[in-house]
Amino acid sequence: MFNIKNKFIRQLLGSFTDLLPIFAVIFVFQIFVLQQPVPNVGDIAVGTAFVVLGLTLFIQGLEKSLFPIGENMAYAFAKKGSLFWLLVFAFALGFGTTAAEPALIAVADEAARIASDGGMIEKTDDAKLSYALGLRFTVAASVGFAILIGVLRIIRGWPLHYLIIPGYIGVVIMTFFAPDEIIGIAYDSGGVTTSTITVPLVTALGVGLASAIQGRNPMTDGFGLIAFASLTPMIFVMAYGMVI
Amino acid sequence: MTLINEVLGVFLATLRDVAPIVVVIVFFQLAIIRRPFSHLKNLIVGMSYVILGITFFLVGLDKALFPLGTVMAEQLTSAEFINPSTDQSISIAWQDYMWVYIFAACIGFATTLAEPSLIAVAIKASQISAGAINAWYLRLSVSFGVAFGIALGTYRIVTGTELYLYIIAGYIVVIIQTMFAPKLIIGLAYDSGGVTTSTVTVPLVTALGIGLATSIPGRNPLLDGFGLIAFASLFPIIAVLSYAQLTDWLMHRADKKSTKQGD
Repeated sequence: MFNIKNKFIRQLLGSFTDLLPIFAVIFVFQIFVLQQPVPNVGDIAVGTAFVVLGLTLFIQGLEKSLFPIGENMAYAFAKKGSLFWLLVFAFALGFGTTAAEPALIAVADEAARIASDGGMIEKTDDAKLSYALGLRFTVAASVGFAILIGVLRIIRGWPLHYLIIPGYIGVVIMTFFAPDEIIGIAYDSGGVTTSTITVPLVTALGVGLASAIQGRNPMTDGFGLIAFASLTPMIFVMAYGMVI
Repeated sequence: MTLINEVLGVFLATLRDVAPIVVVIVFFQLAIIRRPFSHLKNLIVGMSYVILGITFFLVGLDKALFPLGTVMAEQLTSAEFINPSTDQSISIAWQDYMWVYIFAACIGFATTLAEPSLIAVAIKASQISAGAINAWYLRLSVSFGVAFGIALGTYRIVTGTELYLYIIAGYIVVIIQTMFAPKLIIGLAYDSGGVTTSTVTVPLVTALGIGLATSIPGRNPLLDGFGLIAFASLFPIIAVLSYAQLTDWLMHRADKKSTKQGD
């Protein structure tokens, strides 16, 4: 293959190969299974160029900004030694990044519609709006709480599965008590809370903390924050469905 | 001109999403840690790359992928495609949806491979494990997990079985695997469940779920259309744990062989 020195061009090629499978799937299904021509080839070409460029810029920026920010703040907090402020920071980061998450806003609106169709709340726009807003803040608080617990775990060195497995059991127990309408949304809300910007930042924070604290291994202790952030929303959303 | 407007709109939306994060970080850095940012210029350049990158990524997806992808999901799940000759009153067998399962697996695999958050976590994992965890293999195993998860999720929608049965069974598998998997991988495996589903996967998978639940008689799209994301977050955990167990087992076997030869 070519020996390309320029990092940016190499990354562009890398992004292109990352995206190739998607287009392969779409084209193969369109032409061979659905047996239809591919529409708007021009749009697709422009769009592909954008996606490749965007992915490349994102990965370049990651190493320059999100990773060092997360790690440096972890080191600074560890040096400062104030557990209280670190936990406040953890909660604020989880809450702040989730409350405005577009995927969550979409899910919350959907949930409000289901709730009003199911007769759980009044069929007015006001009721739906407040239901959706309440749900959003519930999920945001649950993610804040998740990052807080996750950070505490890294500092104390608790094994991850001691917390995750009870979390699973919590999800299962809640499933039996929560209204049927909310269960699918609750399960999905675990997956949608973690955005493209939050994930690298939170990962770097966890890994940075585990490297800064003596006796912690970044590999075993540093990961797991995202896992909490996808688990607690399920429990909180089902609780929300039971209370409202 | 519309393209420029679109880019601008998405750019502003991305800025709005980033704003709370920036506020939290700047506040804690200046008010609590009370130290200026080191390499501030680098951070600003990097952050602009991230924001611009996400903007182009989203606009591009909207232009190239989402319109076609969602229409395809609808067409593949439509009654005409599934059941062209028989009338609607005949109940549908799950085998009729073979193309849906295959499409679900393929699209789940391909979109996960391109998911930016997964790329970020894979880079980090390979950095701190000093290359012991291969970023590419990690992404491949996560993608296989999502592929299997979404295919199974569409099967669930077709057959109409309860979502929680699958999820509880999945949890049990995860718990059993956790007991036997190498300790180093557990955190990463659990995390990989949450990172798989963001920008690329969610819109396409949601279209597939809702389309499927709409076309099958007796399914409520609002109730049965959900749940695919949950499958896509659970099965990568199982896949990554399996990958770690497999490499561990292969290494042990190789070790045994080499010690035997050494005797």
